[in-house]
Amino acid sequence: MSDVFDIFLLEAVLNGLLLGGLLALLSLGLNLIFGVIDVVWICYAELIMCGMYCVYYLHVQYHWPLLLAMLAAIGVVAFLGYVLHQFVIRPVLSAEPINQLLVTGGVLFFLQAAATLAFGIEFRNLGVALPSVQLGEMSFSGARLVAFGVALGGVIGLYFLLTRTYLGTAIRAISQDRSIMPLMGVDPAKIFALTSAIGGGLAGLAACLLVLQYDVHPAIGLSFGPITFLICVLGGLGNMLGGFIAAFIFAQFIAVGGFFFAVEWGYVIAFIFFIAVMFWRPRGIFGK
Amino acid sequence: MNYPLHLAILVLLWGYIYTSWSLMGRLGLVSFGHGAFMGIGAYTVVMLWNSYSLSPWIGAFVALALSAMVAVVIGYPCFRFRIVGHYFALVTLALSEVARLIITAARDTTGGSLGATPVTALHQGNTMAFGALQFAGKEIWLVIVFAFWLLGLWVWRMVDRSMGRLALQAISEEEEAAASIGIHVTRAKLRITIISALMTCVGGILYAQYQLYVNPDTVSGIAISLQMVFGVIAGGMFVMLGPTVGAAFTLLLAEGLRLAFGNRYPALDTTIYGVMLVLFIIYMPKGILGAALDAFRRKPQSAP
Repeated sequence: MSDVFDIFLLEAVLNGLLLGGLLALLSLGLNLIFGVIDVVWICYAELIMCGMYCVYYLHVQYHWPLLLAMLAAIGVVAFLGYVLHQFVIRPVLSAEPINQLLVTGGVLFFLQAAATLAFGIEFRNLGVALPSVQLGEMSFSGARLVAFGVALGGVIGLYFLLTRTYLGTAIRAISQDRSIMPLMGVDPAKIFALTSAIGGGLAGLAACLLVLQYDVHPAIGLSFGPITFLICVLGGLGNMLGGFIAAFIFAQFIAVGGFFFAVEWGYVIAFIFFIAVMFWRPRGIFGK
Repeated sequence: MNYPLHLAILVLLWGYIYTSWSLMGRLGLVSFGHGAFMGIGAYTVVMLWNSYSLSPWIGAFVALALSAMVAVVIGYPCFRFRIVGHYFALVTLALSEVARLIITAARDTTGGSLGATPVTALHQGNTMAFGALQFAGKEIWLVIVFAFWLLGLWVWRMVDRSMGRLALQAISEEEEAAASIGIHVTRAKLRITIISALMTCVGGILYAQYQLYVNPDTVSGIAISLQMVFGVIAGGMFVMLGPTVGAAFTLLLAEGLRLAFGNRYPALDTTIYGVMLVLFIIYMPKGILGAALDAFRRKPQSAP
């Protein structure tokens, strides 16, 4: 009896690990943008929703090959990120910080409602099922394995971009000192726009992986948005490594909590853990 | 006659709830967690009535006690450890999600995401059940919400004229400096948070008893919390009637578009509303009423 129990618990833990990879990818773009521009995109999960619809329509309606549709979606969401920065964030960059948070909340309303208007409230399924992988008596969703691998790849790719390229060096420099960099010949406006596009691209990448596992509907952002913010805050806003670790901690709470109780209780425990940690380390576990 | 009455009730009820939120919001405490207090109010009362036949009058006290407790448990550490701005908004966001998820997860008693209906006390053509706080007539609801709306404005006024408001304003501008001149930052913030939470909780109770239906997604969670924040921003959070103007504006926008287009475009109102919010925050951060008052004040001065 205890054998069976343990193997299912192990399965839950490993599934939590896979979920952690996905959550880590979700938080990556948001963290990058916060670290560099000092703005929280409340509508980040809605950008992901746009990417999911993009993959869905290109693949199902226009019969594009899946990979091509995904590449296009990444491009579209990267462009959306750029547009969001240029037309919504830029005008309030010098306003009070809370206004920057709120203005993207307005975008959240808009995107969610526009998606309802354009696509209806139906749940749409991509209809691509990756085979599940058996390991002993445990089974793992293939889509989650792929997501985990891509998430790791994304994190490593971003790391190299930030440490090995001129653009990355400029991004890191500007996130350290916003006022000095213009004197060094780096144009912050250009860096901000590029960072927004990269952040959008990461949202697009997350969308490609989510669409393999979940149905798309206009309110899907609300089920991923809160948890993504909390992960970023838990890891210390702008701290990408912290966010990465926090994603795995959160995923374990959800997976193992969901194993012992119902799924919602897993989330409840994770959120309460988050609130408790904030009181212990108000700037996040790995914050300054 | 019923429809305009219904609209008036909703405007006053939401006006009251938005006013409660603004008590904190205008002093720099932007909370995304008020959905939790509304949810506590609505669900405590309905669940106690359904499961234990406890009158909402008593249930209300339980709900208020619970809200005050949650406000202290979340508020005290937040203020003690200087969790402000983004971080405060996101911690309270977690709170409102916790409330929604607990209500959804306890589906055996609460009915989960399908919502719940209070057991009716309006038997045999009774139009009023005072003990159960259920009234069939809309007129009496109009009187009730109007009274609470006035109460909300009165609290606003009292807060405005108190020393506490000056203290909080100082805190919202420069917390360290305020503390250095002897303002008890934690206590000042906690006091206004409890007032605001209790008022929002009452709003939840009224909403549940008026609609006679509760649903975790419409009384708690991130969606309703954002609705409060943005309703207030649209109306203007720095003037007393701003939140009410916000409530009226959002409701009339939704109803106006529904009358003009029928139900052909279900989310058209929120789409337009979203665009307007973005424009408001960028170009009119004081909201409709705030901007209108500014324009009105400027005119006499420009005359020679």
